[in-house]
Amino acid sequence: MQQIFNFIFKNSNRILFLLLLSISFFLTIQAHSYHKSKIISSANILSGGVYEKINNVSEYLNLKTQNDALAIENARLKSILFATTDSISITKLEKTKETQPYDIVVSKVIHNSYNVHENYLTLNSGKLQGVKSDMGVINNLGLVGVIDNTSPRYSTVVSILNVKSQINAKIKKSNHFGSLIWNGKSTGFVQLIDVPRLASVRKGDTIVTGGQSVIFPENINIGTIEKIYIDNKTNYYTLDIKLFNDMTNLGHVYILKSRYRDELNNLEKVKKNE
Amino acid sequence: MNSTLLVNIFRFILLLAVQIVIFNNMNFLGFVMPLPYILFIILYPVNGNKTGLLFASFLLGLTMDIFSNSGGVHATACLTLAYLRPYLFKFSFGISYEYQTIKLNDVLTPERFSFILLSVVIHHFTLFIIEAFQVSFFLDILIRALLSTIFTVILCIIIIYLIKPNKR
Repeated sequence: MQQIFNFIFKNSNRILFLLLLSISFFLTIQAHSYHKSKIISSANILSGGVYEKINNVSEYLNLKTQNDALAIENARLKSILFATTDSISITKLEKTKETQPYDIVVSKVIHNSYNVHENYLTLNSGKLQGVKSDMGVINNLGLVGVIDNTSPRYSTVVSILNVKSQINAKIKKSNHFGSLIWNGKSTGFVQLIDVPRLASVRKGDTIVTGGQSVIFPENINIGTIEKIYIDNKTNYYTLDIKLFNDMTNLGHVYILKSRYRDELNNLEKVKKNE
Repeated sequence: MNSTLLVNIFRFILLLAVQIVIFNNMNFLGFVMPLPYILFIILYPVNGNKTGLLFASFLLGLTMDIFSNSGGVHATACLTLAYLRPYLFKFSFGISYEYQTIKLNDVLTPERFSFILLSVVIHHFTLFIIEAFQVSFFLDILIRALLSTIFTVILCIIIIYLIKPNKR
């Protein structure tokens, strides 16, 4: 017994080191393997608050570009509004809005990262605004990411510039599906993999989100095809896609809340159980 | 004793704040990020409490992880550096380093430079290897770690010179 205690006292630093190391390894591996259940994320009062303060200052530096972007979006929305010539089509517009099962929460990016392999954004809206994990995030130009962790006032987003992110997307022209991933190389480009060889792809074609998930509605812009490869192992197309969005400069974003999400999830659960 | 403790607490908070507010937003070439917050571990008193250093560096790394959404990556790297620090001292200043009065924040000598360089290299390589966790990014990791190391070393030396206490 005495010897055990002596051993512990003698090697107390080494034991402490191993203990703390195993804790940090656990946190690392946990963050790598399952998302949404991360213990440590920047969606908390401390870091969220600090980032919000920093953002309050740095926001002024790119007010001009943000204003331009908003003005362009306004012009686009106005043109849709004025293009409807008679009252019938306006009611039609409202009707489609009624069947459109998405609510939109406006939010602001208070912290943006794009220089590591797993990039996350922090937004200044959380559970109090009804934000939950696995909701889609877009902005006026296109896709941004998917909500990961939430706290009462803040939430983190898995950016599309994250090697773990995988989003269903399709070629706008031909409806051929693929999965959107990022190879971790350039902030302006993502990859669409597993596109069947039957699809006719051409450089410059537009890529939009596919309708196979509840996270995003169909036909949200992502980018245009820049390069086309054929994967040697799988014999599918791999496409380099130039993003419409400048992921290094994000301001206001929209969080999409699907109204039928729970219903659909429950249905799929039942299907799986059978 | 008490004043060193206070200085260390002050350094801990100040370096973290500067790192998060300024250096985290710094991107040379789009992906090179200097991490001068590890100066806390480098400048910790040579004969200071080792248990305290381990705890402090764990906390330091964990705070960085909270702010950068990276799980436990920074914590692991900081802990590794804190644990290997005595061996680095032995390597740079000779076996009897404990009996010398080593002051790191002073004029740059080859010993001090080698110590700072080794610390930064160990921290950065641990950090980037764990961060990617995939062999396929090997070359990418190497370039990132090398460039970030260069920038961090330069920044560390500049900061040491800037906050060097006046000679009495």
